[in-house]
Amino acid sequence: MTDALATHEHAVGAAASPLLVASNVRKHYGSVEVLKGISLTVNPGEVMCLLGPSGSGKSTFLRCINHLERIDGGRISVGGDLIGYTQRQDRIFEMNPRQVARQRRGIGMVFQRFNLFPHMTALENISVAPVGVKKVPKQQASKRGMDLLERVGLAHLAKAYPAQLSGGQQQRVAIARALAMDPQLLLFDEPTSALDPELVGDVLDVMRTLASDGMTMIVVTHEIGFARSAADNVVFMDGGVVVESGAPTSVLDNPQNPRTIAFLNSVM
Amino acid sequence: MKQANTLPSREVAAETAAGTAIVGTAEDDVVAVPLRHPWRWVVAAALALGFVALLSSLWSNPNIDHSTIKNYAFHPRILSGIGLTLALTAISMLVSTVLGVLLAVMRLSRNPVMNAFAWLYVWVFRGTPLLIQVVFWGYLGLLYSQISLGLPFTDFTFFSIDTNALVPAFTAGLLAMTLNQAAYSAEIIRGGMLSVDTGQHEAAYSLGMSPAFALFRVVLPQAMRVIIPPMGNETISMLKNTSLLSVIAVLELYTVATQISSQNLRQVELLVVVSCWYLFLTTVLSVPQYYLERHYGRGNARQQTPTPVGRMLSTLRKGGKHHAESKGLQP
Repeated sequence: MTDALATHEHAVGAAASPLLVASNVRKHYGSVEVLKGISLTVNPGEVMCLLGPSGSGKSTFLRCINHLERIDGGRISVGGDLIGYTQRQDRIFEMNPRQVARQRRGIGMVFQRFNLFPHMTALENISVAPVGVKKVPKQQASKRGMDLLERVGLAHLAKAYPAQLSGGQQQRVAIARALAMDPQLLLFDEPTSALDPELVGDVLDVMRTLASDGMTMIVVTHEIGFARSAADNVVFMDGGVVVESGAPTSVLDNPQNPRTIAFLNSVM
Repeated sequence: MKQANTLPSREVAAETAAGTAIVGTAEDDVVAVPLRHPWRWVVAAALALGFVALLSSLWSNPNIDHSTIKNYAFHPRILSGIGLTLALTAISMLVSTVLGVLLAVMRLSRNPVMNAFAWLYVWVFRGTPLLIQVVFWGYLGLLYSQISLGLPFTDFTFFSIDTNALVPAFTAGLLAMTLNQAAYSAEIIRGGMLSVDTGQHEAAYSLGMSPAFALFRVVLPQAMRVIIPPMGNETISMLKNTSLLSVIAVLELYTVATQISSQNLRQVELLVVVSCWYLFLTTVLSVPQYYLERHYGRGNARQQTPTPVGRMLSTLRKGGKHHAESKGLQP
Protein backbone atom coordinates (compact mmCIF):
# COMPACT_ATOMS: atom_id res chain seq x y z
CA MET A 1 0.00 0.00 0.00
CA THR A 2 2.85 2.31 0.90
CA ASP A 3 4.39 1.51 -2.47
CA ALA A 4 1.26 2.59 -4.24
CA LEU A 5 1.27 5.81 -2.29
CA ALA A 6 4.85 6.57 -3.34
CA THR A 7 4.13 5.99 -7.03
CA HIS A 8 1.04 8.11 -6.71
CA GLU A 9 3.12 10.96 -5.36
CA HIS A 10 5.57 10.49 -8.21
CA ALA A 11 2.84 10.64 -10.79
CA VAL A 12 1.29 13.76 -9.31
CA GLY A 13 4.67 15.49 -8.99
CA ALA A 14 5.70 14.66 -12.56
CA ALA A 15 2.64 16.35 -13.90
CA ALA A 16 3.03 19.40 -11.71
CA SER A 17 5.94 21.17 -10.02
CA PRO A 18 9.55 20.35 -9.16
CA LEU A 19 10.12 18.06 -6.15
CA LEU A 20 12.96 20.06 -4.66
CA VAL A 21 13.30 23.80 -4.83
CA ALA A 22 16.28 25.50 -3.21
CA SER A 23 16.45 29.24 -3.51
CA ASN A 24 19.38 31.36 -2.39
CA VAL A 25 20.39 28.92 0.38
CA ARG A 26 23.03 30.33 2.69
CA LYS A 27 24.86 28.69 5.57
CA HIS A 28 27.83 29.70 7.68
CA TYR A 29 29.87 28.11 10.44
CA GLY A 30 30.96 31.00 12.61
CA SER A 31 32.47 33.54 10.26
CA VAL A 32 33.06 31.04 7.45
CA GLU A 33 30.33 31.14 4.84
CA VAL A 34 30.11 27.63 3.31
CA LEU A 35 26.99 28.16 1.17
CA LYS A 36 26.72 31.54 -0.51
CA GLY A 37 23.30 31.38 -2.10
CA ILE A 38 22.56 28.05 -3.76
CA SER A 39 19.53 27.94 -6.05
CA LEU A 40 18.49 24.82 -7.90
CA THR A 41 15.49 22.63 -8.64
CA VAL A 42 15.08 18.89 -9.03
CA ASN A 43 12.11 17.44 -10.85
CA PRO A 44 10.45 14.17 -9.85
CA GLY A 45 12.29 11.17 -11.29
CA GLU A 46 15.38 13.25 -11.99
CA VAL A 47 18.93 12.34 -10.96
CA MET A 48 21.17 15.25 -10.07
CA CYS A 49 24.89 14.86 -9.43
CA LEU A 50 26.70 17.44 -7.33
CA LEU A 51 30.37 17.67 -8.20
CA GLY A 52 33.11 19.87 -6.84
CA PRO A 53 36.33 19.93 -4.87
CA SER A 54 36.20 19.09 -1.17
CA GLY A 55 35.17 22.08 0.88
CA SER A 56 32.98 23.38 -1.91
CA GLY A 57 29.88 22.98 0.28
CA LYS A 58 28.15 20.18 -1.64
CA SER A 59 27.86 17.82 1.33
CA THR A 60 26.70 20.65 3.56
CA PHE A 61 24.02 21.54 1.04
CA LEU A 62 22.88 17.92 0.90
CA ARG A 63 22.63 17.80 4.70
CA CYS A 64 20.57 20.99 4.68
CA ILE A 65 17.97 19.29 2.49
CA ASN A 66 16.91 16.95 5.32
CA HIS A 67 17.62 19.52 8.02
CA LEU A 68 20.64 17.77 9.52
CA GLU A 69 22.11 21.25 9.19
CA ARG A 70 19.95 24.33 9.59
CA ILE A 71 20.26 27.03 6.98
CA ASP A 72 20.86 30.69 7.76
CA GLY A 73 19.23 32.15 4.69
CA GLY A 74 17.07 31.28 1.71
CA ARG A 75 14.48 28.52 1.49
CA ILE A 76 14.47 24.79 0.78
CA SER A 77 11.24 23.02 0.04
CA VAL A 78 10.55 19.39 -0.84
CA GLY A 79 7.23 18.45 -2.36
CA GLY A 80 6.00 21.98 -1.73
CA ASP A 81 6.74 21.87 2.01
CA LEU A 82 9.31 24.17 3.56
CA ILE A 83 12.07 22.13 5.24
CA GLY A 84 12.42 22.65 9.00
CA TYR A 85 9.94 25.51 9.19
CA THR A 86 6.25 26.12 8.84
CA GLN A 87 4.97 29.18 7.09
CA ARG A 88 1.88 31.01 8.27
CA GLN A 89 1.07 34.15 6.34
CA ASP A 90 4.37 35.97 5.98
CA ARG A 91 6.06 34.58 9.11
CA ILE A 92 7.96 31.30 9.46
CA PHE A 93 8.09 29.25 12.65
CA GLU A 94 10.67 26.69 13.74
CA MET A 95 9.34 23.13 13.66
CA ASN A 96 9.50 20.94 16.78
CA PRO A 97 11.63 17.78 16.63
CA ARG A 98 8.62 15.56 15.96
CA GLN A 99 7.53 17.62 12.95
CA VAL A 100 11.09 17.56 11.61
CA ALA A 101 11.20 13.77 12.08
CA ARG A 102 7.92 13.42 10.18
CA GLN A 103 9.32 15.47 7.33
CA ARG A 104 12.50 13.41 7.16
CA ARG A 105 10.55 10.19 6.58
CA GLY A 106 10.05 11.19 2.98
CA ILE A 107 13.72 12.00 2.39
CA GLY A 108 16.14 9.07 2.49
CA MET A 109 19.86 9.53 3.01
CA VAL A 110 22.88 7.34 2.27
CA PHE A 111 26.09 8.30 4.04
CA GLN A 112 29.72 8.15 3.07
CA ARG A 113 30.52 6.01 6.11
CA PHE A 114 27.36 3.86 5.77
CA ASN A 115 26.31 4.48 9.42
CA LEU A 116 24.53 1.15 9.70
CA PHE A 117 23.41 0.34 13.24
CA PRO A 118 26.13 -2.07 14.38
CA HIS A 119 23.98 -3.83 16.99
CA MET A 120 21.35 -4.90 14.46
CA THR A 121 21.49 -7.43 11.65
CA ALA A 122 21.21 -6.28 8.05
CA LEU A 123 17.48 -7.06 8.03
CA GLU A 124 16.87 -5.35 11.38
CA ASN A 125 18.69 -2.28 10.11
CA ILE A 126 16.20 -2.11 7.26
CA SER A 127 13.01 -2.87 9.19
CA VAL A 128 13.63 -0.89 12.40
CA ALA A 129 12.42 2.46 11.04
CA PRO A 130 9.32 1.19 9.17
CA VAL A 131 8.24 -0.74 12.28
CA GLY A 132 9.16 1.90 14.85
CA VAL A 133 8.35 5.06 12.95
CA LYS A 134 5.71 4.13 10.41
CA LYS A 135 4.11 1.42 12.57
CA VAL A 136 4.22 -1.14 9.75
CA PRO A 137 3.48 -4.62 11.18
CA LYS A 138 6.73 -6.41 11.96
CA GLN A 139 6.14 -9.35 9.66
CA GLN A 140 5.25 -7.13 6.73
CA ALA A 141 8.33 -4.97 7.34
CA SER A 142 10.57 -8.03 7.44
CA LYS A 143 9.11 -9.32 4.21
CA ARG A 144 9.60 -5.94 2.57
CA GLY A 145 13.14 -5.87 4.01
CA MET A 146 13.92 -9.22 2.40
CA ASP A 147 12.59 -7.95 -0.93
CA LEU A 148 14.83 -4.90 -0.67
CA LEU A 149 17.85 -7.02 0.27
CA GLU A 150 17.05 -9.16 -2.76
CA ARG A 151 17.01 -6.03 -4.87
CA VAL A 152 20.51 -5.02 -3.76
CA GLY A 153 21.70 -8.62 -4.11
CA LEU A 154 22.23 -9.39 -0.44
CA ALA A 155 19.29 -11.58 0.58
CA HIS A 156 21.70 -14.29 1.74
CA LEU A 157 23.25 -11.91 4.29
CA ALA A 158 20.03 -10.82 6.02
CA LYS A 159 21.18 -12.16 9.39
CA ALA A 160 24.72 -10.78 9.20
CA TYR A 161 25.83 -7.92 11.42
CA PRO A 162 27.42 -4.88 9.70
CA ALA A 163 30.88 -5.76 11.05
CA GLN A 164 30.66 -9.04 9.13
CA LEU A 165 29.97 -7.29 5.81
CA SER A 166 32.37 -5.66 3.38
CA GLY A 167 32.13 -1.91 2.80
CA GLY A 168 30.28 -2.39 -0.48
CA GLN A 169 27.78 -4.75 1.13
CA GLN A 170 27.24 -2.35 4.03
CA GLN A 171 26.55 0.50 1.63
CA ARG A 172 24.02 -1.60 -0.31
CA VAL A 173 22.27 -2.47 2.98
CA ALA A 174 22.27 1.25 3.79
CA ILE A 175 20.58 1.97 0.45
CA ALA A 176 17.98 -0.71 1.17
CA ARG A 177 17.45 0.82 4.62
CA ALA A 178 16.76 4.23 3.09
CA LEU A 179 14.41 2.70 0.50
CA ALA A 180 12.42 0.91 3.20
CA MET A 181 10.85 4.22 4.23
CA ASP A 182 9.54 4.74 0.68
CA PRO A 183 11.17 8.15 0.34
CA GLN A 184 10.18 10.50 -2.47
CA LEU A 185 13.74 11.80 -2.58
CA LEU A 186 17.01 9.99 -1.95
CA LEU A 187 20.20 11.83 -0.96
CA PHE A 188 23.62 10.23 -1.44
CA ASP A 189 26.58 11.79 0.36
CA GLU A 190 29.69 10.49 -1.42
CA PRO A 191 28.36 6.92 -1.26
CA THR A 192 31.45 5.29 -2.76
CA SER A 193 34.25 7.44 -1.30
CA ALA A 194 34.94 5.11 1.63
CA LEU A 195 34.97 1.96 -0.49
CA ASP A 196 37.81 -0.11 -1.89
CA PRO A 197 37.98 0.51 -5.65
CA GLU A 198 36.83 -2.98 -6.59
CA LEU A 199 33.67 -2.60 -4.48
CA VAL A 200 32.56 0.71 -5.99
CA GLY A 201 30.98 -0.92 -9.04
CA ASP A 202 28.41 -2.97 -7.07
CA VAL A 203 27.11 0.13 -5.28
CA LEU A 204 27.00 2.21 -8.45
CA ASP A 205 25.09 -0.58 -10.21
CA VAL A 206 22.41 -0.49 -7.50
CA MET A 207 22.20 3.29 -7.83
CA ARG A 208 21.90 3.08 -11.61
CA THR A 209 19.03 0.64 -11.25
CA LEU A 210 17.30 2.97 -8.83
CA ALA A 211 17.77 5.87 -11.24
CA SER A 212 16.29 3.94 -14.14
CA ASP A 213 13.36 2.91 -11.91
CA GLY A 214 12.47 6.57 -11.61
CA MET A 215 13.77 7.37 -8.11
CA THR A 216 14.50 11.05 -7.59
CA MET A 217 18.11 11.25 -6.45
CA ILE A 218 20.66 13.89 -5.49
CA VAL A 219 24.14 12.42 -5.49
CA VAL A 220 27.28 14.08 -4.17
CA THR A 221 30.05 12.14 -5.83
CA HIS A 222 33.50 12.11 -7.37
CA GLU A 223 32.51 9.35 -9.81
CA ILE A 224 32.48 11.26 -13.09
CA GLY A 225 31.61 8.06 -14.95
CA PHE A 226 28.48 7.62 -12.89
CA ALA A 227 27.49 11.25 -13.37
CA ARG A 228 27.91 10.91 -17.11
CA SER A 229 25.87 7.71 -17.42
CA ALA A 230 23.14 8.17 -14.82
CA ALA A 231 22.63 11.87 -14.17
CA ASP A 232 20.01 14.02 -15.88
CA ASN A 233 21.66 17.10 -14.48
CA VAL A 234 25.14 17.86 -13.24
CA VAL A 235 25.85 20.74 -10.89
CA PHE A 236 29.42 21.85 -10.32
CA MET A 237 29.98 23.68 -7.02
CA ASP A 238 33.03 25.54 -5.78
CA GLY A 239 33.50 27.90 -2.86
CA GLY A 240 29.87 27.67 -1.79
CA VAL A 241 28.35 28.69 -5.10
CA VAL A 242 27.03 26.84 -8.16
CA VAL A 243 29.65 27.48 -10.83
CA GLU A 244 28.13 25.57 -13.68
CA SER A 245 25.16 23.30 -14.23
CA GLY A 246 23.36 21.52 -16.99
CA ALA A 247 23.17 18.19 -18.79
CA PRO A 248 26.17 15.89 -18.21
CA THR A 249 27.18 16.13 -21.86
CA SER A 250 27.55 19.89 -21.67
CA VAL A 251 29.09 20.26 -18.18
CA LEU A 252 31.39 17.24 -18.32
CA ASP A 253 32.37 17.19 -21.97
CA ASN A 254 32.22 20.84 -22.82
CA PRO A 255 32.78 22.81 -19.60
CA GLN A 256 32.83 26.58 -19.94
CA ASN A 257 34.01 27.82 -16.56
CA PRO A 258 37.78 27.65 -15.91
CA ARG A 259 37.25 26.22 -12.41
CA THR A 260 35.13 23.38 -13.79
CA ILE A 261 37.76 22.70 -16.43
CA ALA A 262 40.54 22.62 -13.81
CA PHE A 263 38.56 20.28 -11.54
CA LEU A 264 37.61 17.88 -14.31
CA ASN A 265 41.21 17.78 -15.50
CA SER A 266 42.39 16.87 -12.02
CA VAL A 267 39.91 14.03 -11.45
CA MET A 268 39.83 12.49 -14.92
CA MET B 1 53.25 -19.54 8.89
CA LYS B 2 55.94 -16.98 8.09
CA GLN B 3 54.35 -14.61 10.60
CA ALA B 4 54.72 -17.22 13.32
CA ASN B 5 58.44 -16.50 13.48
CA THR B 6 57.75 -13.16 15.09
CA LEU B 7 55.33 -14.49 17.68
CA PRO B 8 56.38 -15.31 21.26
CA SER B 9 57.42 -18.93 21.65
CA ARG B 10 54.30 -20.22 23.41
CA GLU B 11 51.92 -19.02 20.75
CA VAL B 12 54.18 -20.45 18.08
CA ALA B 13 53.77 -23.81 19.73
CA ALA B 14 49.97 -23.41 19.82
CA GLU B 15 49.85 -22.16 16.23
CA THR B 16 51.90 -25.04 14.93
CA ALA B 17 49.84 -27.52 16.90
CA ALA B 18 46.64 -26.13 15.40
CA GLY B 19 48.29 -25.70 12.02
CA THR B 20 49.55 -29.24 11.74
CA ALA B 21 46.12 -30.55 12.56
CA ILE B 22 44.65 -28.70 9.58
CA VAL B 23 47.27 -28.25 6.87
CA GLY B 24 49.90 -30.86 7.77
CA THR B 25 53.60 -30.25 8.36
CA ALA B 26 55.60 -28.00 6.11
CA GLU B 27 59.38 -28.19 5.99
CA ASP B 28 59.91 -24.72 7.39
CA ASP B 29 57.50 -24.98 10.33
CA VAL B 30 59.10 -23.57 13.47
CA VAL B 31 59.68 -26.47 15.87
CA ALA B 32 61.71 -24.77 18.58
CA VAL B 33 62.36 -25.72 22.19
CA PRO B 34 60.23 -23.26 24.23
CA LEU B 35 62.07 -20.70 26.33
CA ARG B 36 62.36 -21.75 29.99
CA HIS B 37 61.05 -19.45 32.73
CA PRO B 38 62.73 -20.63 35.98
CA TRP B 39 61.97 -17.40 37.91
CA ARG B 40 58.25 -17.89 37.56
CA TRP B 41 58.57 -21.08 39.56
CA VAL B 42 60.75 -19.47 42.21
CA VAL B 43 58.36 -16.56 42.74
CA ALA B 44 55.33 -18.83 42.76
CA ALA B 45 56.93 -21.08 45.39
CA ALA B 46 57.85 -18.13 47.61
CA LEU B 47 54.34 -16.67 47.42
CA ALA B 48 52.70 -20.02 48.10
CA LEU B 49 54.92 -20.56 51.13
CA GLY B 50 54.05 -17.14 52.54
CA PHE B 51 50.35 -17.70 51.92
CA VAL B 52 50.35 -21.08 53.66
CA ALA B 53 52.26 -19.62 56.61
CA LEU B 54 49.72 -16.80 56.95
CA LEU B 55 46.76 -19.16 56.79
CA SER B 56 48.19 -21.56 59.31
CA SER B 57 49.03 -18.76 61.73
CA LEU B 58 45.46 -17.50 61.45
CA TRP B 59 44.05 -20.95 61.82
CA SER B 60 46.15 -21.92 64.82
CA ASN B 61 45.64 -18.54 66.55
CA PRO B 62 44.12 -19.37 69.96
CA ASN B 63 42.17 -16.10 69.89
CA ILE B 64 40.02 -17.31 67.02
CA ASP B 65 37.21 -19.64 67.92
CA HIS B 66 36.56 -21.78 64.88
CA SER B 67 33.30 -23.18 66.18
CA THR B 68 31.85 -19.63 66.30
CA ILE B 69 32.67 -19.13 62.64
CA LYS B 70 31.07 -22.46 61.83
CA ASN B 71 28.00 -21.77 63.96
CA TYR B 72 27.33 -18.36 62.50
CA ALA B 73 28.28 -18.96 58.86
CA PHE B 74 24.70 -19.97 58.00
CA HIS B 75 22.94 -18.57 61.05
CA PRO B 76 19.35 -17.48 60.27
CA ARG B 77 20.09 -13.90 61.36
CA ILE B 78 23.12 -13.74 59.06
CA LEU B 79 21.06 -15.17 56.22
CA SER B 80 18.29 -12.61 56.74
CA GLY B 81 20.97 -9.90 56.75
CA ILE B 82 22.21 -11.21 53.41
CA GLY B 83 18.66 -11.11 52.09
CA LEU B 84 18.34 -7.45 53.04
CA THR B 85 21.77 -6.61 51.62
CA LEU B 86 20.83 -8.20 48.30
CA ALA B 87 17.43 -6.49 48.26
CA LEU B 88 19.02 -3.11 48.97
CA THR B 89 21.62 -3.64 46.26
CA ALA B 90 19.11 -4.80 43.66
CA ILE B 91 16.50 -2.10 44.26
CA SER B 92 19.06 0.71 44.55
CA MET B 93 20.86 -0.34 41.40
CA LEU B 94 17.65 -0.66 39.39
CA VAL B 95 16.11 2.63 40.48
CA SER B 96 19.40 4.52 40.32
CA THR B 97 20.01 3.28 36.77
CA VAL B 98 16.65 4.64 35.66
CA LEU B 99 17.41 7.92 37.41
CA GLY B 100 20.89 7.86 35.90
CA VAL B 101 19.55 7.54 32.35
CA LEU B 102 17.17 10.41 33.05
CA LEU B 103 19.94 12.60 34.46
CA ALA B 104 22.30 11.72 31.60
CA VAL B 105 19.68 12.65 29.01
CA MET B 106 18.95 15.89 30.87
CA ARG B 107 22.65 16.66 31.05
CA LEU B 108 23.02 16.13 27.30
CA SER B 109 19.83 17.96 26.33
CA ARG B 110 19.87 21.44 24.88
CA ASN B 111 17.34 22.56 27.47
CA PRO B 112 19.41 24.80 29.77
CA VAL B 113 17.11 24.27 32.77
CA MET B 114 17.33 20.49 32.64
CA ASN B 115 21.03 20.68 31.94
CA ALA B 116 21.65 22.87 34.97
CA PHE B 117 19.48 20.71 37.21
CA ALA B 118 21.34 17.53 36.24
CA TRP B 119 24.66 19.24 36.77
CA LEU B 120 23.58 20.47 40.19
CA TYR B 121 22.34 17.02 41.19
CA VAL B 122 25.59 15.32 40.26
CA TRP B 123 27.57 18.09 41.93
CA VAL B 124 25.78 17.67 45.27
CA PHE B 125 25.44 13.89 45.44
CA ARG B 126 28.88 13.09 44.10
CA GLY B 127 30.54 15.85 46.07
CA THR B 128 29.49 14.81 49.57
CA PRO B 129 30.53 11.60 51.36
CA LEU B 130 28.13 8.70 51.08
CA LEU B 131 28.36 8.08 54.83
CA ILE B 132 27.14 11.61 55.52
CA GLN B 133 24.27 11.20 53.03
CA VAL B 134 23.27 7.97 54.77
CA VAL B 135 23.21 9.65 58.18
CA PHE B 136 21.32 12.60 56.71
CA TRP B 137 18.50 10.45 55.38
CA GLY B 138 18.49 8.52 58.63
CA TYR B 139 18.02 11.76 60.55
CA LEU B 140 15.41 13.17 58.18
CA GLY B 141 12.90 13.02 61.05
CA LEU B 142 14.96 15.61 62.95
CA LEU B 143 14.74 18.03 60.06
CA TYR B 144 11.08 17.52 59.20
CA SER B 145 9.13 15.76 61.93
CA GLN B 146 6.02 15.78 59.74
CA ILE B 147 5.85 15.38 56.00
CA SER B 148 2.73 16.88 54.49
CA LEU B 149 1.37 17.59 51.08
CA GLY B 150 -0.42 20.86 50.63
CA LEU B 151 -0.36 24.16 48.83
CA PRO B 152 2.93 25.96 49.34
CA PHE B 153 2.89 29.07 51.56
CA THR B 154 -0.67 28.40 52.77
CA ASP B 155 -2.06 26.43 55.73
CA PHE B 156 -4.03 24.11 53.47
CA THR B 157 -2.83 20.47 53.59
CA PHE B 158 -4.13 17.35 51.84
CA PHE B 159 -2.49 14.95 54.29
CA SER B 160 0.26 14.92 56.84
CA ILE B 161 2.30 11.98 58.10
CA ASP B 162 4.94 11.35 60.71
CA THR B 163 8.36 11.29 59.02
CA ASN B 164 9.66 8.31 60.94
CA ALA B 165 6.59 6.32 59.93
CA LEU B 166 6.96 7.26 56.25
CA VAL B 167 10.70 6.85 56.17
CA PRO B 168 11.74 3.87 58.31
CA ALA B 169 15.43 2.94 58.45
CA PHE B 170 15.19 0.64 55.43
CA THR B 171 13.60 3.31 53.25
CA ALA B 172 16.09 5.91 54.42
CA GLY B 173 18.92 3.54 53.56
CA LEU B 174 17.43 2.77 50.18
CA LEU B 175 16.98 6.47 49.47
CA ALA B 176 20.56 7.27 50.44
CA MET B 177 22.10 4.51 48.31
CA THR B 178 19.84 5.16 45.31
CA LEU B 179 20.20 8.93 45.15
CA ASN B 180 23.96 8.74 45.59
CA GLN B 181 24.36 6.00 43.00
CA ALA B 182 22.19 7.87 40.48
CA ALA B 183 24.82 10.63 40.35
CA TYR B 184 27.62 8.19 39.53
CA SER B 185 25.49 6.17 37.11
CA ALA B 186 24.44 9.34 35.31
CA GLU B 187 28.06 10.18 34.56
CA ILE B 188 28.82 6.64 33.38
CA ILE B 189 25.73 6.58 31.14
CA ARG B 190 26.50 10.03 29.78
CA GLY B 191 30.00 8.89 28.90
CA GLY B 192 28.56 5.84 27.17
CA MET B 193 26.14 7.94 25.14
CA LEU B 194 28.90 10.31 24.10
CA SER B 195 30.93 7.35 22.88
CA VAL B 196 28.34 6.59 20.19
CA ASP B 197 29.38 7.98 16.81
CA THR B 198 27.46 11.08 15.65
CA GLY B 199 26.86 9.28 12.34
CA GLN B 200 24.54 6.96 14.25
CA HIS B 201 22.39 9.90 15.38
CA GLU B 202 22.34 11.25 11.83
CA ALA B 203 21.36 7.90 10.35
CA ALA B 204 18.57 7.55 12.91
CA TYR B 205 17.28 11.06 12.28
CA SER B 206 17.50 10.69 8.50
CA LEU B 207 15.13 7.72 8.81
CA GLY B 208 12.58 9.95 10.50
CA MET B 209 13.11 8.63 14.02
CA SER B 210 12.09 10.90 16.87
CA PRO B 211 14.82 11.82 19.38
CA ALA B 212 13.31 9.47 21.98
CA PHE B 213 13.05 6.53 19.57
CA ALA B 214 16.61 7.10 18.38
CA LEU B 215 17.77 7.21 21.99
CA PHE B 216 16.20 3.92 23.01
CA ARG B 217 16.70 1.91 19.81
CA VAL B 218 19.97 3.24 18.45
CA VAL B 219 22.04 5.19 20.96
CA LEU B 220 21.50 3.46 24.32
CA PRO B 221 21.96 -0.12 23.03
CA GLN B 222 25.31 0.89 21.61
CA ALA B 223 26.22 2.89 24.70
CA MET B 224 25.53 -0.24 26.79
CA ARG B 225 28.75 -1.81 25.57
CA VAL B 226 30.66 1.03 27.22
CA ILE B 227 28.29 1.36 30.19
CA ILE B 228 28.10 -2.26 31.39
CA PRO B 229 31.69 -2.81 32.62
CA PRO B 230 31.79 0.21 34.94
CA MET B 231 28.20 -0.45 36.03
CA GLY B 232 29.30 -3.93 37.07
CA ASN B 233 31.93 -2.29 39.22
CA GLU B 234 29.32 0.04 40.65
CA THR B 235 27.08 -2.89 41.55
CA ILE B 236 29.91 -4.57 43.40
CA SER B 237 30.72 -1.31 45.22
CA MET B 238 27.05 -0.90 46.05
CA LEU B 239 26.86 -4.39 47.56
CA LYS B 240 29.79 -3.60 49.83
CA ASN B 241 28.72 -0.04 50.60
CA THR B 242 25.37 -1.20 51.96
CA SER B 243 27.42 -2.04 55.08
CA LEU B 244 27.51 1.74 55.70
CA LEU B 245 23.80 1.50 56.50
CA SER B 246 24.79 -0.07 59.84
CA VAL B 247 25.10 3.50 61.14
CA ILE B 248 21.34 3.98 60.77
CA ALA B 249 20.54 0.46 61.98
CA VAL B 250 19.29 -1.06 58.75
CA LEU B 251 19.44 -4.78 59.50
CA GLU B 252 21.70 -5.75 56.60
CA LEU B 253 24.57 -8.26 56.76
CA TYR B 254 27.15 -6.16 58.57
CA THR B 255 24.67 -4.66 61.05
CA VAL B 256 23.46 -8.11 61.97
CA ALA B 257 27.03 -9.30 62.45
CA THR B 258 27.90 -6.39 64.74
CA GLN B 259 24.75 -7.00 66.74
CA ILE B 260 25.69 -10.64 67.21
CA SER B 261 29.28 -9.86 68.11
CA SER B 262 28.22 -7.24 70.61
CA GLN B 263 26.43 -10.03 72.44
CA ASN B 264 29.01 -12.84 72.18
CA LEU B 265 32.09 -10.60 71.92
CA ARG B 266 33.44 -12.61 68.99
CA GLN B 267 34.13 -9.65 66.71
CA VAL B 268 36.89 -11.18 64.58
CA GLU B 269 35.02 -14.43 64.00
CA LEU B 270 31.96 -12.59 62.74
CA LEU B 271 34.09 -10.33 60.59
CA VAL B 272 35.49 -13.48 58.99
CA VAL B 273 31.97 -14.77 58.37
CA VAL B 274 30.85 -11.45 56.89
CA SER B 275 33.95 -11.03 54.72
CA CYS B 276 33.57 -14.50 53.27
CA TRP B 277 29.96 -13.75 52.41
CA TYR B 278 30.79 -10.42 50.76
CA LEU B 279 33.55 -12.09 48.78
CA PHE B 280 31.22 -14.87 47.70
CA LEU B 281 28.44 -12.47 46.69
CA THR B 282 30.71 -10.16 44.68
CA THR B 283 32.14 -13.20 42.90
CA VAL B 284 28.67 -14.41 41.99
CA LEU B 285 27.75 -10.92 40.72
CA SER B 286 30.55 -10.92 38.15
CA VAL B 287 28.88 -13.79 36.26
CA PRO B 288 25.82 -11.84 35.01
CA GLN B 289 28.17 -8.98 34.18
CA TYR B 290 30.11 -11.25 31.82
CA TYR B 291 26.96 -12.33 30.00
CA LEU B 292 25.58 -8.79 29.78
CA GLU B 293 28.85 -7.58 28.26
CA ARG B 294 28.66 -10.41 25.78
CA HIS B 295 25.07 -9.61 24.85
CA TYR B 296 25.71 -5.93 24.20
CA GLY B 297 28.97 -6.69 22.43
CA ARG B 298 27.09 -8.53 19.69
CA GLY B 299 27.66 -7.22 16.23
CA ASN B 300 30.84 -5.59 17.42
CA ALA B 301 33.17 -8.53 16.98
CA ARG B 302 33.17 -10.36 13.69
CA GLN B 303 32.96 -13.66 15.52
CA GLN B 304 31.53 -14.04 19.01
CA THR B 305 34.00 -15.93 21.18
CA PRO B 306 32.43 -18.88 22.99
CA THR B 307 31.46 -18.50 26.65
CA PRO B 308 33.65 -20.26 29.23
CA VAL B 309 30.89 -22.81 29.73
CA GLY B 310 30.49 -23.30 25.99
CA ARG B 311 34.23 -23.61 25.58
CA MET B 312 34.42 -26.21 28.32
CA LEU B 313 31.61 -28.23 26.77
CA SER B 314 33.11 -28.18 23.30
CA THR B 315 36.53 -29.07 24.74
CA LEU B 316 34.98 -32.09 26.39
CA ARG B 317 33.20 -33.04 23.20
CA LYS B 318 36.15 -32.67 20.87
CA GLY B 319 38.72 -34.01 23.30
CA GLY B 320 40.62 -30.77 23.83
CA LYS B 321 41.28 -29.89 20.20
CA HIS B 322 38.76 -27.08 19.89
CA HIS B 323 40.52 -24.69 22.22
CA ALA B 324 43.64 -24.37 20.10
CA GLU B 325 41.60 -24.01 16.91
CA SER B 326 39.25 -21.33 18.19
CA LYS B 327 42.27 -19.37 19.39
CA GLY B 328 43.53 -19.24 15.85
CA LEU B 329 40.17 -18.01 14.54
CA GLN B 330 39.88 -14.94 16.74
CA PRO B 331 40.46 -11.69 14.87
